[in-house]
Amino acid sequence: MSLWSRISNAVRGERLNREIAEELQSHIEEAIASGRDPDEARRAFGSILRQREASHTIRVAGWLESLLADVSFGWRQLCRNKITSAAAVLSLAIGIGSCVAAFRLIDALLWRPLPISGSSKLYVLSRQMTGLYGKPIEDGYWATPNFKLMRDAVKDQADLIAISDAERMDITWSGDRAGNDDIEKAHVVYVSGNMFPLFGLEPALGRLLIPADDRGPGAGPYAVLSWDYWNHRFGRDPNVLGHSLHIGDQTLEIIGVAPSDFTGTEKGTVTDIFLPLSMNSMATEDRADWHRIFLMLKPGVNPATALEPMRQHLSAVNRAFGSACSTCYRGDTKADIERFLNQKLVFHPAGAGISELQKDYRRLLGVLGLMVALVLLIACVNVANMMTAQAAARAQEMALRISIGAGRRRLVQLILCQSALLALLASALGAFFAAWSAPFVLSLVNPPDNPARLDLPADWRVLLFGFGLIILVVLLLGLLPALRASAVRPVAALKGGEDPHSSRRLMRGAIALQVAFCCLVLFLSSLFVTSFQRLENRPLGFSTDRLLLLQTVAGKGQLPVVWNQTADSLRAAPGVDSVAISGWPLLGRIKINSDISINGAPPSPTPAFFLNVSPGWLSTMKIPLISGRDFRPEDSSPGAAIVNETFVKTFFPGQNPIGRTFSRGVDQPLNKIVGVTRDVPDHDLREPNRAVFYVPLHAIDDKSAPQTASRPVNFATFTIHTEAKNPLALAESLRQIIAQRHNSLRVSNVTTQLDLIRDQTIRERMIATLAAFFAAVALLLAGIGLYAVLNYSVLQRRREIGIRMAIGSTRAGIVRIVTVDVLLMIALGGCVGIVLGFGAARYVASLFYQVKATDADMIALPACAILLTSLVATLPAVLRALRTDPTEILRAE
Amino acid sequence: MAAIADTSGEVLRAEEGSLYPALYRMEEAGWIRAEWIKKDTGRRARIYELTAAGKKQLGAEESRWQSVSLAINRVLREA
Repeated sequence: MSLWSRISNAVRGERLNREIAEELQSHIEEAIASGRDPDEARRAFGSILRQREASHTIRVAGWLESLLADVSFGWRQLCRNKITSAAAVLSLAIGIGSCVAAFRLIDALLWRPLPISGSSKLYVLSRQMTGLYGKPIEDGYWATPNFKLMRDAVKDQADLIAISDAERMDITWSGDRAGNDDIEKAHVVYVSGNMFPLFGLEPALGRLLIPADDRGPGAGPYAVLSWDYWNHRFGRDPNVLGHSLHIGDQTLEIIGVAPSDFTGTEKGTVTDIFLPLSMNSMATEDRADWHRIFLMLKPGVNPATALEPMRQHLSAVNRAFGSACSTCYRGDTKADIERFLNQKLVFHPAGAGISELQKDYRRLLGVLGLMVALVLLIACVNVANMMTAQAAARAQEMALRISIGAGRRRLVQLILCQSALLALLASALGAFFAAWSAPFVLSLVNPPDNPARLDLPADWRVLLFGFGLIILVVLLLGLLPALRASAVRPVAALKGGEDPHSSRRLMRGAIALQVAFCCLVLFLSSLFVTSFQRLENRPLGFSTDRLLLLQTVAGKGQLPVVWNQTADSLRAAPGVDSVAISGWPLLGRIKINSDISINGAPPSPTPAFFLNVSPGWLSTMKIPLISGRDFRPEDSSPGAAIVNETFVKTFFPGQNPIGRTFSRGVDQPLNKIVGVTRDVPDHDLREPNRAVFYVPLHAIDDKSAPQTASRPVNFATFTIHTEAKNPLALAESLRQIIAQRHNSLRVSNVTTQLDLIRDQTIRERMIATLAAFFAAVALLLAGIGLYAVLNYSVLQRRREIGIRMAIGSTRAGIVRIVTVDVLLMIALGGCVGIVLGFGAARYVASLFYQVKATDADMIALPACAILLTSLVATLPAVLRALRTDPTEILRAE
Repeated sequence: MAAIADTSGEVLRAEEGSLYPALYRMEEAGWIRAEWIKKDTGRRARIYELTAAGKKQLGAEESRWQSVSLAINRVLREA
């Protein structure tokens, strides 16, 4: 009864008072009714008012009552300045909302531990080595035979787990649930048999993979579905067990469904199907580095002491494996081999999973986090300024409160209440903003055919963060004004104010701070926006207009002549302008390098990239030939080759390359250069042009009998130039044409060249969009803050300005005294902001494209924006100062 | 209050109203509970009764008072 009743009594204070009064009154009336003299009875009772007050404090939680009083007072204060309060709440809401949204993304992608047991004991193994072009790289992929050796080497202290990255594969379902055995895409992950038991996962249905399923090639034709896939593909049908699916020529039986929260170890991708490692044909190859290796420490093993010896042990095993590989280094020099074997193994904690998405977006999210934090700080400074101004205006009220006995603690509470109200209102709004914006930002990262998927739960981690943020905001907003207000000396304040400049000094400091933050945000965003623009406007050297790409697979492979016949039938379709075939599309993220050997010499250290194309591909892509000719139908590979300008510069500097020959490695057949093309970016828009050579799609094994020894082609891309503006309009009919030919060719992916290029710039587009948005918000907030401070200071100095005018100060003089110190602050803040910007830009330099932080226009842009904003923001205050009428002011005094 | 004053021979006197803060304090402590009733005169009145916890507390306080006053008496007699 007691605490609860005291709390509830606090809420209904007035009713309680009435109740007590009624009881006291009834006591007296009872006494009178029993025959006592009314006056005597009242006297004997004592002061009713005093008894009621005493009773009230007993029956009420006093702290709560004063809190409620302060809250309602704070609310009235906010209502008094509706527009200012609304602006404050809105700007704080954007700040808080963006911070929470950024936290949700960062937490979900980088920090949140995987839903497995022992995630803190999980590490991922990678190696640091020298990559192509002598660049240091870190590689996290391993060959399965190597994995097995390493697994056995450390089995006493730790378990090694092999997990491949999710691959979007073409799968078909057999039996009744396939219907028309259509190809569909699913994210397939190969895992070693020990993964599910070591992660402590329990099946949602059936059983999970066990080590016995992973004994050897083909020993475990079983598949485990992820819960998510089971849910959206099969509607949680328990009869899915026992059904089989086909990948290539393999048939796999569904044996179980993984638990609902486990979506794989690759954050950002939801795995659909788990298969045993040994079911992948690469699992027996010494040279195929294709899966990651995780390391789970055994219980009781101390990571501080065990990891380093284990690393050295594994390094030795890895080196022995590398040296023993006889087929790996054909034709390489001793130095090259030594350089390759010189690998440094490293462990990284992997409790939060590991993915390319993490690698690509870690720094970007860091910058994003910085920017939203700065925006929140700017908003906080704005609101704190507003509250300081209000507090200064209320100095007399505060002095009065202190004089009549208010405790200073009570005053601090009064002001903190007001800032807490602001923060709570803002965070309620901000929560909506965060709930909408985090998934929205994630959706920006989505290439249409392979969306990034991330669990974004709003659980206790997010709530805790949000709560901490609110407390921080309340303190940032309220503490300074509260302490200032409570430090009011009543004598001075009531006499007409103490130092009138003190609050302005504080606000000027705030201006400098705001401008510095704003400048930092602007500087970073101008770097990102320029990067994006330069990337988008990079000259391609080929046409992207009306190009439809049908990425097509052919089961066990089809002869080039079949592919050509299919291309002919596509050519005959209405609306098709021209059709060509290439191994894979340009800028489709596929790259395969090849050694280049000239005149039988050892391969040069610089590799070249290649692409198989059919005759007419160059003209369909509108890639101009500089000299020589295009492929002819009778050309084959090896045999003829077309090279790009960089290839000529690298391998035949200063010579006419037409008619020269090169081979793809020592003792390989020769290719004769028949043509030279302009450079085009081949697989990554961000990278400089590489040496590229094109070879005919028609590959043969034996030069002597070209017709009989054609090598089958497993996959290729039909490049179709359409007459219509939107190439995708033709996609369905062309796909049907390919299917109707019944030659085992099937379209596995439809896209356009334009979309591929858009996909290349997704990250840049996202950061540029967000950075521009936050820059605009920061600029707006800083402008509002500047305007408010100047306006306030002019109002406060009205008397001084009036006197100055009266004694003959010129207009220029007035403008000077109003603006000079603010401009100083802006300049100071701007310099600090740029310096901070240089530091931040160094951290994210890897995200820039052909932009350097030291470029003059990169600094000029934010500087101009700040100057313009401050000009606009100061103008109203200056005009107000100039319009001051000295006679009116002096009369009012 | 009148009863207290009478019984104590006017030694213990207090304002009648000061009864109520004491009653409320005991109510908050859970020693007594109160209820509004309607009297036959038509007036509303609040009546109080001891709770089980209150009876226990009363016993404890009584015995404490006994022992303290006994001790004081003894000390006074000795002196």
